[in-house]
Amino acid sequence: MPSYTVAEILQKLESRECSSEEITQSYLDAIAKQDGTINSYITVTAEQALAQARAADELRAKGDAPALCGLPIAHKDIFCTDGIRTSCASKMLDNFIAPYNATVVEKLAAAGVVTLGKTNLDEFAMGSSNETSFYGPVRNPWDINCVPGGSSGGSAAAVAAGLAPIATGTDTGGSIRQPAALCGLTGLKPSYGRVSRYGMIAFASSLDQGGPIARTAEDAAIMMQAMAGFDLRDSTSMDVPVPDYRAALNNDIKGKKIGVPKEYFSAGLHPDIAAAVQTALAEYQKLGAELVEISLPHTELAVPCYYVIAPAEASTNLSRYDGVRYGYRCEDPQDLDDLYTRTREEGFGEEVKRRIMVGTYALSAGFYDAYYRKAQQIRRLIRNDFVEAFKQVDFIAGPTAPNPAFALGEKANDPVTMYLEDIYTISVNLAGLPAISLPAGFSNGKPVSLQLIGRDFDEAGLLAAAHQYQQISDWHRQIAPHAV
Amino acid sequence: MSLDQNDIAKLARLARIRIEPESVADLQQRLGDILNMVDTMQAVDTTGVDPMANPYDAFQRLRADEVTETDQREKFQAIAPSTEDGLYLVPKVID
Repeated sequence: MPSYTVAEILQKLESRECSSEEITQSYLDAIAKQDGTINSYITVTAEQALAQARAADELRAKGDAPALCGLPIAHKDIFCTDGIRTSCASKMLDNFIAPYNATVVEKLAAAGVVTLGKTNLDEFAMGSSNETSFYGPVRNPWDINCVPGGSSGGSAAAVAAGLAPIATGTDTGGSIRQPAALCGLTGLKPSYGRVSRYGMIAFASSLDQGGPIARTAEDAAIMMQAMAGFDLRDSTSMDVPVPDYRAALNNDIKGKKIGVPKEYFSAGLHPDIAAAVQTALAEYQKLGAELVEISLPHTELAVPCYYVIAPAEASTNLSRYDGVRYGYRCEDPQDLDDLYTRTREEGFGEEVKRRIMVGTYALSAGFYDAYYRKAQQIRRLIRNDFVEAFKQVDFIAGPTAPNPAFALGEKANDPVTMYLEDIYTISVNLAGLPAISLPAGFSNGKPVSLQLIGRDFDEAGLLAAAHQYQQISDWHRQIAPHAV
Repeated sequence: MSLDQNDIAKLARLARIRIEPESVADLQQRLGDILNMVDTMQAVDTTGVDPMANPYDAFQRLRADEVTETDQREKFQAIAPSTEDGLYLVPKVID
């Protein structure tokens, strides 16, 4: 069971070959067996999952099954789940039982999913290796001495290990695509405003987007259908019609133009990844797509720009954790100032504190124009590069990450080196565009990936392009050695 | 850009995060590294470029000024560290 795709599971449920209770139980068994090693879940909601599965089976028996009725999934532990701990992998929220559901959680529940549990992540989604979690690092099912990527490392490792067929993730600078790449999965970062941020714990509000981490583009399309859509409760949600993603999967890519930015094949790129991406692009040519060399001249400014904007927004968003209304409070505070400063010293991990302080610096009197305003101006230059490129091409292709999965601890003590792992993903968030990461080969037994970037709100085009590559390749069908 | 101990103290104060004295040197180094990396932005001429806060230059929508939420004070305060009679409790501020 654990290596099945969502499409296969739904087919088994529809044909009554298996009940949701049987499928759910098989995933719970797999988690019990393997998650002691992988550490992909922070909270497993076994009893609730089985109750939801039985309810789904009854609905189906009555002929009332919604689209995803009885499908087990996992939620990144950044989405608020009413009555269930929502920790964001922080000591600060270790005791936080969310009093409401995120819109994404509500929409998926309405589509009939069964929730297996909440997956591990970098604390407050700040990281590219899942090593900053209060609940310990996640291990990569392809090599348990390596990181799964981050911040949605738990979601990616759970799917790759067969501990969930699909999972939600969030992507602020690459946090869906980079772990998907390092774990051999398909991850879609939707356009900014496509998926509601309501109830998704905020890191950098102008960049954060939720999306699916799946085995295949078809699975991502199925889950995306339930996640996407305008939401009045998110003030930056965009009111754009949601197409039928699964129906669009077979839209022809013949004659489409794929831009290949020369800046994406620079010195820092691992040669195996460069070769895998070139091979994949040659396959796209066989499918009838045309390759066009393009330039995105401000590419190298994306990391510096992001590491002003994201910490600045984070410092503002995380000011809410004050030890007063919910979450951690230090023992025996002497006065109000001691309550605030010690709660935040003890409740946040080192990387989170660093980013809050960088953001505080960038927003402070005398530095705002030189940092935050400057970064917002550069953000426009970065977006303009893409706007220009999309006048002549339909998609932009390159690597997702510059390196395959690296060893646990290898980059943990050097923030700047870690930040460069997101060099190809960050500019997409700054520009607000959708992008998908899909498996394109291996380097020493570890997965490597291709990234396709699309026009605003063209998730359907990206899913179709990824799906068609997956019809002629089987990288996405490979099973990790530490999968159940 | 390098930061001195006073800068770190000021940032910690603004961010309401207590910093142990033995962590100051390490923070100075790491924050300095990050700021040096982001300072590569300063070489770019951005004269006349409008700052971008939203990729579509969209504005936040306003809704009608109507009561739409129900009172859930008890539910929300059930997860608070300390409350009394519907109020959040903090250490005494005024003697």
